[in-house]
Amino acid sequence: MTSFFGQIGRFAIHNTAGMGRTFLFLLSALAWAFRPPARFRLIVHHIRTIGVESLSVVILSGVFTGMVMGLQGYYSLRKFNAENFLGSAVALGILRELGPVLSAFMVTGRTGSAMAAELASMKVTEQIDALYSMAVNPIQYLVTPRIIAGLISMPLLTAIFDVVAIYGAYVVGVQLLGVSSGSYFSGMELSVVFKDVLSGFLKSVSFGLIITWICCYKGFNAPPMARGVGQATTESVVLCFVMILVWNYFMTSIML
Amino acid sequence: MIRVVDLQKRFGRQHVLKGVNLDIEAGKITTIIGGSGSGKTVLLKHLNALLLPDRGSVLVDDRDITRLGQTALNQVRRKFGVLFQGAALLDSMTIYDNVAFPLREIARLKETEVEKKVNEGLAQVGLAGAGYKFPAEVSGGMKKRAGLARALVVQPEIMLFDEPTTGLDPLLGKSIHQLIRQMHAAYKFTGVIVSHDIPEVFEISDRIAMLADGVIIEVGTTEEFLASENPMVRQFVHGDTEGPIAVL
Repeated sequence: MTSFFGQIGRFAIHNTAGMGRTFLFLLSALAWAFRPPARFRLIVHHIRTIGVESLSVVILSGVFTGMVMGLQGYYSLRKFNAENFLGSAVALGILRELGPVLSAFMVTGRTGSAMAAELASMKVTEQIDALYSMAVNPIQYLVTPRIIAGLISMPLLTAIFDVVAIYGAYVVGVQLLGVSSGSYFSGMELSVVFKDVLSGFLKSVSFGLIITWICCYKGFNAPPMARGVGQATTESVVLCFVMILVWNYFMTSIML
Repeated sequence: MIRVVDLQKRFGRQHVLKGVNLDIEAGKITTIIGGSGSGKTVLLKHLNALLLPDRGSVLVDDRDITRLGQTALNQVRRKFGVLFQGAALLDSMTIYDNVAFPLREIARLKETEVEKKVNEGLAQVGLAGAGYKFPAEVSGGMKKRAGLARALVVQPEIMLFDEPTTGLDPLLGKSIHQLIRQMHAAYKFTGVIVSHDIPEVFEISDRIAMLADGVIIEVGTTEEFLASENPMVRQFVHGDTEGPIAVL
């Protein structure tokens, strides 16, 4: 019995300490953002890897998400003779929920996993130790630019996803199923308010932080063995997905 | 001068260093030998605070680096150059950029000066013209030489070598040893080598220390070391499978 409670205690302490380390890692990375030298080149480089290189997968997923929403929305709304509300239904769903969440999923799969694997590999091959030994802080050099790049890239990718998805739904709803183009866009104009756009924007910024933070932390703290790279990659993707969904719920409940 | 005092380190239940005491003389090359898994690399990583001890201290020029803040520690680390076991070159950069890295990041030199120093450094280690290659495109020996060039380009006072010849054939290993000797003659650094490349490493060492069971069991000049009566030292140096050190 004692050993059972001991195990529970050890589990709790281990996980609480882990959470503490994760938050300290984030605080350290954010603090380094305000200390020289500013690493603009690295930030631009990571905006390219997180933003530009994720663009194709975000556009592709945006198009098909929009098309499915157009299709499903049309058949659901038709039951109530409300096809003309397709534009507003699609826009609200995409701007508030699907745009930020799905583009965050795409970036996690496309870039977050690669980020975790790259940092884990650097850990295993002592490259992070090499940075420490050259008196270069690896958190400032490797993590902070990625977090800043994530904060900049995610809202832009989400905006692109939103636009592409809305046009994807337009193609299906208006061009294929015959909803009036005017009602599609005017319904959208009437129902979407600034708060909806702001909600999506804030979500995407916070998801950018979650993805870069978790993936960098997992990569940075990978066990120093070949298996550690795979472990860090898997754990970072799973944890990002879970955290995005949980955080999305809280953000939605706050911003409704 | 580096002084290691009663250094202890545990990883979980494994007590790796059990009270290491060692003086590393300035300007000389000290080699730490010991069996695989004896804690040589762990000890080396304590010398520039890549690892922090559970107990004990590491004094570099009489400053205990285990108790320094980040800024002060970085100042001390600038005295060090490290050649890691796998060279630890940043694999997203070319060899040129790897060697240029400390000059750009730490010394903050102008690009013309960086270019001059990097080309000199690469030529010294026999890599002139190979700077455009990425670490993944070169052999293990070239990686080690590039790592050596990167470590030496800022002319450190202290050089740490973590098994510099591991994974290399005997000829390449010998060429790395010669390179270390040449660089030592040129830069007069204090060298610490972790190796089990016996007896080759004795040729480039001024002093030898042997780590076994978590403590330094013997230390002295190469001649003194070879004449040691310590049975563990004799077994290790002569490569005997029978003796006080359990092999299997």
